[in-house]
Amino acid sequence: MRQLLITILCTLPFLAGCTKKSSNEIVIGQYGSMTGSEATFGQSTDKGVRLAIDEANAAGGIKGKKIKLVTMDDQGKAEEAASVVTRLIEQEKVVALLGEVASSRSLAAAPIAQSKKVPMITPSSTNPKVTEVGDFVFRTCFIDPFQGTVMAKFATENLKAKKVAILRDVKSDYSVGLADFFTAKLKELGGEVIEDVSYSSGDVDFKAQLTKLKTKNPEAIFIPGYYTEVGLIARQARELGIKAPLLGGDGWDSPKLSEIGQKAIDGGYFSNHYSNETTDPVAVEFQKKFKAKYNEMPDGLSAAGYDAAKVLLKAIEQAPDLSGAAIRDQIAKITGHDGVTGKISINDKRNATKSAVVVQVEGQTNKFVTTVNP
Amino acid sequence: MQDFIQHLINGISLGSIYALIALGYTMVFGILQLINFAHSDVYMIGAFAAYYAARTLGIDKNPGVSTLVILLIAAMAACSLLGFTIERLAYRPLRKAPKLNILITAIGVSLFLQYSGQVVFGADPKVFPAVLEDSVLFTLLGVEFKSLDLAVLFVTLVMMVLLHLLIYHTKLGRAMRAVSTNMNVAAMMGVNTDRIISFTFVVGSALAGVGSVLVGMKYPKIDPLMGMMIGLKAFVAAVLGGIGNIAGAVLGALIMGLSEEMVVGYLSSTYRDALAFGILIVILIFRPAGLLGKGGVEKV
Repeated sequence: MRQLLITILCTLPFLAGCTKKSSNEIVIGQYGSMTGSEATFGQSTDKGVRLAIDEANAAGGIKGKKIKLVTMDDQGKAEEAASVVTRLIEQEKVVALLGEVASSRSLAAAPIAQSKKVPMITPSSTNPKVTEVGDFVFRTCFIDPFQGTVMAKFATENLKAKKVAILRDVKSDYSVGLADFFTAKLKELGGEVIEDVSYSSGDVDFKAQLTKLKTKNPEAIFIPGYYTEVGLIARQARELGIKAPLLGGDGWDSPKLSEIGQKAIDGGYFSNHYSNETTDPVAVEFQKKFKAKYNEMPDGLSAAGYDAAKVLLKAIEQAPDLSGAAIRDQIAKITGHDGVTGKISINDKRNATKSAVVVQVEGQTNKFVTTVNP
Repeated sequence: MQDFIQHLINGISLGSIYALIALGYTMVFGILQLINFAHSDVYMIGAFAAYYAARTLGIDKNPGVSTLVILLIAAMAACSLLGFTIERLAYRPLRKAPKLNILITAIGVSLFLQYSGQVVFGADPKVFPAVLEDSVLFTLLGVEFKSLDLAVLFVTLVMMVLLHLLIYHTKLGRAMRAVSTNMNVAAMMGVNTDRIISFTFVVGSALAGVGSVLVGMKYPKIDPLMGMMIGLKAFVAAVLGGIGNIAGAVLGALIMGLSEEMVVGYLSSTYRDALAFGILIVILIFRPAGLLGKGGVEKV
């Protein structure tokens, strides 16, 4: 008797997991870094995604069903991303996935989505390898070859810098890819990479690398990293007396950047998906709604998250049923979607071709500098 | 040449921070033959104590020497209290138990602090307040000497001198040395060993607190897992110098800091962490007792 009781007690939690999901809702899974050293990436994206889903629900849902968003935290670790995505698919039975900002983590999750035939849209992973994983993986942002081109052009044409140094994060697929594309384009434009040094995400001391860079007197320094390290690098660069302008990519986009970098990061330029100074009516409308809901201005990743969610909802609406393949086919057909971050058309490589903006850091705000079209 | 001197300054300043943390490992090992894995997390708590102290006192926007002193005191107080509590609650009940039990307990305490830290403080990094205005104090041979680097060096030196005075010129220090040589004999001579052990934890933890403020000042990003890597490196430094040996810990830490800096400066940053653990392996093979350690025969 006692043994039976123990057996039942022990299996209860597992049985609880088997309760049937209510068929009145469509579950969408999201995974992101809600904590960890890139925490604002996940949080900002989640805010954008939630806004889009709340809007859809306020308008009566899709196919008469409410949309439910399940967000799981991957703590900014690739192995954690793989396990939460498995959980989302196996336990939460999501029809589609939205996720990750960081390419390394999208790359860890994409093969799982692909093998389970669950469509996945990444709002802001820019490394080209992400969508090469398979035909169920999409993105609604530009890719790094384009972002690298934008910044290489900006360095040579706007800043007239020919001798550029690079400081890349060897642990991040995003950073290594972007640094390579930047280098290739810079050489094409007649510039020169005079020094290419590296660090690992999580490092706090960059003085040795920066001391090495300083001796070469670069006219600009390209740091395709994430905001936490970039903030620290900027401070240490100024401490060492390096005056060259700092350049970067969309990994800089976080309110924490200037909190960590303080005055040292002011004047740095980075390419981004979106600028708050835009006058595009879709974006202005988005800003208004975002501000009303969260009482703060959106950053680029919120805008990218909102767009990805909108594209996914549109695809689900147009799909004849809720199977992964049906939704996938509809995502692939998206053309000319008026997004906050620009017009989104999914091409045959499952990427979006979009324009990028270059912004300049100025305290907590980012000043719009220029738009670059593909 | 100019960049070599700059690397030298960076390396010494990094090494002196390792030294402060390595001292805590080495002092506890010297007395209890215990590797106190929770030490690196005591250091983490010190950084958060200083962070919250600065915010509650409203001095986080007000850099200066007084801010540095206040934060140092706050971190030292929090760390000593924590070190004392850990020893009292987790290690003392196991004093008579086999060495392995207490070692595993130390790992448990470390994990407990790390993950409670994530719950209490949140897992995203916090920005440590500006402690000192960073300015160029003087320029020598084309190298700028910054107030931050010199403050790190100065504070470390003061702490070392105080520690030296404490250990070699006070009665308490003599008792500590006696306990570390032979706990039973010291007890027979009337030394209150429990009190001395508590005191050792308090001093070691306070030094970690100093280290945490200096690190926060130089690298203003703190998070609940910040102790892991720096703790491991300080531990390697302590082993390199000869664990249990106080001068050895400082020497080992300086060697670690300098060689790390030089490897990154002249080779590649990819080898930074590999170097630390490479050194550990080489030392364990060729000189298990460390540079300044005296090899003793372990009686089984």
